[in-house]
Amino acid sequence: MPLTDSLRDDILAAVPNLRAFAISLSGNADRADDLVQETLLRAIANIDSFQVGSNLPAWLFTILRNLFRSDYRKRRREVEDADGSYAKTLKSQPSQHTHIEFEEFRVALDKLPQDQREALILVGASGFSYEDAAAICGCAVGTIKSRVNRARSKLSNLLYVEGADDFGPDNTVRAVIGGSGG
Amino acid sequence: MKELKSQGSLPNSPGTPGGSSPRDKRPTGLNTEIQARIGHQLRAMYDDVVRQGVPDRFSELIRKLDDPNAAKSAAKPEGSD
Repeated sequence: MPLTDSLRDDILAAVPNLRAFAISLSGNADRADDLVQETLLRAIANIDSFQVGSNLPAWLFTILRNLFRSDYRKRRREVEDADGSYAKTLKSQPSQHTHIEFEEFRVALDKLPQDQREALILVGASGFSYEDAAAICGCAVGTIKSRVNRARSKLSNLLYVEGADDFGPDNTVRAVIGGSGG
Repeated sequence: MKELKSQGSLPNSPGTPGGSSPRDKRPTGLNTEIQARIGHQLRAMYDDVVRQGVPDRFSELIRKLDDPNAAKSAAKPEGSD
C-alpha cells in the first residue's frame, strides 16, 4: 500500500518498541539506533509489500530482526563491546545494587544463544503472541515456546544459581570479556 | 496449541506467577519466583527504552521520506526477506 499519513504515524509509533528490541538484541545503543534507521528506510522503500490490515509492528520487527542477523554474522568476529560501554558503566560501580543487578541481567541476556534471546524478548518484553513471534522469526510456534522456556531456564541458572555466591562486578567484567559464547 | 495466552499488543505479564504456567519443569516456589523476577527485569530493561519515546532523528527521517523513491535510493536495494 502507499505510504499514507496514517501509515507514517503508525510506523513512528512503533519506533520506541523497535529501539527497545534493537537495544535488547544488540546491547549497544548506537548500533541499535542504526538498526532502527535502516529498518525504517527498508520499510518505507518496501511499503508496497506491506499488506493492509496485517500487523505493522510485526512486519517492522521482522525487518529489524533480519537486518540484525545479517549484521551480526558480519560482526561476529569483531570485539563485542567495541566502544567499551559496558565496561565503562561497570567501572563507575554505581552504588545502587539495582544498577549492578541490571548490568548482570544485561550480561546474562547477552550470553543466551541468539535464537533464545530474540524469542524471549519478543514474547516476554515486546508482548507479541507466540504466533506473531513465530512469524517474525520464521519458525514454528512450538519452536518459539521451547526457545522461550530454555531462555528463561538458562537465565535463571546464570543469574541465580551459578553466580549466586560471587555476585559482583568482578564476575560481571569477566562475563563481559568472555561473554559472546552461548 | 493449547496454552495460548491472549496477549495483545501491550506487554502483559508472561512471567507472573500463578498464571497458566508453560514452564513446567520445576514447578517449585523458588523457580516461579525467579521466573517472575526475570520477567520483571526483562521488561524493566525494555520499557526503560520504550519510555524514551521517538528520538528526533527518526521523526525527521520519516517526515522527510514523503517520496518513496527517495527512500528507495537511501536504502540498500537488497531485499529484507
